Amino acid sequence: MVTAMHMSDGLVNAPTSLLFGALAIVGLAFCLFRARADLDDRTAPMAGLVTAFVFAVQMINFPILPGASGHLLGGALVAILVGPYVGAVCIAIVLLVQALLFADGGLTALGTNVTNMALIGVFTGYGIALLLRGLARRGRGGLVATAFVAAFVNTVVASLGFVLEYAIGGSGGASLGAVFGLMVGLHALIGIGEGVITAATVGAVAAVRPDLVYLLRGNAPALVRKEVQR
Amino acid sequence: MRKGFLLGFLAVALLVAGGLSYFASSSPDGLDTVALHGCTENGEQLTGTCIAQHAGEHHTAGSPLADYSLFGGDGTVGLAGILGVLVTLVVAGGLFWLLRKRTPAREE
Repeated sequence: MVTAMHMSDGLVNAPTSLLFGALAIVGLAFCLFRARADLDDRTAPMAGLVTAFVFAVQMINFPILPGASGHLLGGALVAILVGPYVGAVCIAIVLLVQALLFADGGLTALGTNVTNMALIGVFTGYGIALLLRGLARRGRGGLVATAFVAAFVNTVVASLGFVLEYAIGGSGGASLGAVFGLMVGLHALIGIGEGVITAATVGAVAAVRPDLVYLLRGNAPALVRKEVQR
Repeated sequence: MRKGFLLGFLAVALLVAGGLSYFASSSPDGLDTVALHGCTENGEQLTGTCIAQHAGEHHTAGSPLADYSLFGGDGTVGLAGILGVLVTLVVAGGLFWLLRKRTPAREE
């Protein structure tokens, strides 16, 4: 069976939900504005498919410890394949479909979930991928290693988003220190799975269509043979 | 070639959501594990103190696809997943197609 995977309603108080709801709207509006430049006849269908793929893979909870599981968040995956602005919109659409149709992730928690996974996760993943771009462009092995590291870091940092929201307006029940320790510890384990899935996916796309990998845009002669004509 | 890749990508997503989903772990995920920390489950009731006690009933719990099933039916996770992939593809693909460059904007 597939369990609920994202923050439910009521885990943080109403002002905190509103604050992160506003942050999510502003962040997504900016991403939508910037996304246009990255979308054309070739990349728009790819971005749609990447979104559907993330929805599918997020259904697959994998065991990390006895009695605990994890699933893909997808930040680095979308950032590397379609870029951070389109990618953030991809993840937000997945979260919206899950909340509205699948009762997964609370409606009032959409702001916090979008902030953590679509904004923090995607841009952290993209930042790490940019730092390692030299390695990523050296060859398939470098790209796969970059994808793994970026995905691992995006998972852990996205989990810190929840810790921040809990610190601001969490609904009691557990000490901040305990929440921090557990979130980071569990998401370090989940991050390994996220890294493996991201590396495998990015590696597979790059093997067939390196021209569709956003991170490889520009000159990466080792990987992209079809150079853009100027 | 181009269409082949995209169709292959879609096929993988459908296989994952429609087939692999039957093998997904049903244990709580990382966030749920943290939210349940401090509580023990006695049937439907949570005893102890934990974050999850504050969780509200979901607003769309009555959705036909709620909890990744079709009308709550056993063994329908694959169907629900396939529908989810198709809905996501239509919503995302449609939005990105409208947003793409070289389209004189008529998004209203």
